[in-house]
Amino acid sequence: MRPSVFDVARIREDFPILKEKVHGKPLVYFDNGATSQKPQAVIDALNRYYSAENSNIHRGVHHLSEQATAAYEAARSKIRNFINARADKEIIFVRGTTEAINLVAQSYGRSFLKAGDEIIVSAMEHHSNIVPWQMLCEQVAAKLRVAPINHDGEIVMEEYRRLLNDKTKFVSITHVSNALGTIVPVKEIVALAHERGVPVLLDGAQAVPHLKVDVQEFDCDFYAFSGHKMFGPTGVGVLYGRAGLLEKMPPYQGGGDMISLVTFEKTHYNVLPYKFEAGTPHIAGGIGLGAAIDYLATLNWQDVAAHEHRLLSYATEAFGAIKGLRIIGTAKEKAGVLSFVFDHVHAHDVGTILDQEGVAVRAGHHCAMPVMQRFGVPATARASFAFYNTIDEIDVLVRGLARVLKVFG
Amino acid sequence: MSELDELYQEVILDHNKSPRNFREMTHANRKAEGYNPLCGDHVTVFVQLENGVIKDISFQGSGCAISKASASMMTAELKGKNEAVADALFDNVHKMLTGDASDEHVVEKVGKLQILSGVCKFPARVKCASLAWHTVHAALKGEAQPASTE
Repeated sequence: MRPSVFDVARIREDFPILKEKVHGKPLVYFDNGATSQKPQAVIDALNRYYSAENSNIHRGVHHLSEQATAAYEAARSKIRNFINARADKEIIFVRGTTEAINLVAQSYGRSFLKAGDEIIVSAMEHHSNIVPWQMLCEQVAAKLRVAPINHDGEIVMEEYRRLLNDKTKFVSITHVSNALGTIVPVKEIVALAHERGVPVLLDGAQAVPHLKVDVQEFDCDFYAFSGHKMFGPTGVGVLYGRAGLLEKMPPYQGGGDMISLVTFEKTHYNVLPYKFEAGTPHIAGGIGLGAAIDYLATLNWQDVAAHEHRLLSYATEAFGAIKGLRIIGTAKEKAGVLSFVFDHVHAHDVGTILDQEGVAVRAGHHCAMPVMQRFGVPATARASFAFYNTIDEIDVLVRGLARVLKVFG
Repeated sequence: MSELDELYQEVILDHNKSPRNFREMTHANRKAEGYNPLCGDHVTVFVQLENGVIKDISFQGSGCAISKASASMMTAELKGKNEAVADALFDNVHKMLTGDASDEHVVEKVGKLQILSGVCKFPARVKCASLAWHTVHAALKGEAQPASTE
């Protein structure tokens, strides 16, 4: 039975790692943007698969293989339902967001972009939504254009609108910024691109753990995300693609499972989604991701959002009272991410001192070096929240920051 | 002393606050850039080398307290030393920072730099402390590629 009020103490019971101690202190895990923790249900699903169901999929006539295939394909359906795609065949299993973006850049990009064409990204992309496009640009002599962000870390929509032109052939933009927490108005981004018939990929890695994702509502052409940031296993992720586009695209990798007939003269490719899934996939990972989605379905999304919003507001206010601390990323629409810097203390030193208090934060450039350059900082410390975090934990973080100031005077 | 206090000793905090030889050197005849791609720490080391002796040495860049203090102490230590001494010190500092137990007297051999020995308890920070050393090594060897901690 679901509790009517969000009961964070009970939720925490579902995540065994939250009972761990670090340097003798209770773990305070605020590095959810890097990877989230896993509920027991996901750990159990992996355990059960390897203990009782392990077998290869799509090829055996024996009982275990049929079971494994059914479980893996059931996970695909759960994902389809989770992001409201039209059909299971629009759900491609990949290793993670990075591979999903590379797949689109190489398969779609190399087939449909040519010299002089332009690709638009934003100034707050993760490296994984920059580098694959730069590689494509080198291969086909296309050009990368960057939609700027303002000082709060929001895309300047007039500039984005101005960048869209007859040469624009692709737009690839983050849904939620990993470094700043900004929630991007993706419906507007997509609609403007579609006015010119330009397809749009949304990098949803940081969005799926926090927001309700509906690819039909967004009307995006591709949506990429990772399992491990949404309470599932590492090594598995998803590329959603509009069936019409996926049909037109050539395979990304060749191998087993992605073919229907092979001779030395000619190979016929398999149908969607298998055309893009060469080789034995991360079967346990896919099943584990399905278990994560089942787990999330037991939570009320609105309660989760309200709780995370409360964490973010509380922390933002508490940080405001800390001397010399500056929050980087102050967009009006934000997910639970707080990037910050001190005038005179480097993020690494902050990270090390907080670690001694049991508090895990990320310190560095967050694989978004252009964002750091935009704000003129070498690095930031980042606390990123999940629904299992508490107000008390934020108090521990704030006390840890007081210790930072004590050490550095 | 806690591990944290051992890491952030007064001397280290002082070098971080007022780094020595923190300037560009126009008359340098050796120069190298060092980069820690994991965290973005960046340092440029300038050396004026005459007949195998480090006549002058300075650095610039951005990084955490540990990397800045380590670079500052390094320049103070290496000024006036010859290349062979610098090389030996590089080896010993590296051993101390990584907690290499092959030489139990290593801490005594690095003199004042032993104040950095607390770093070996923080594996994630070893690269911060060793970046300037890798960079000066590259500068003295005249390596064309930027030094990296990777």
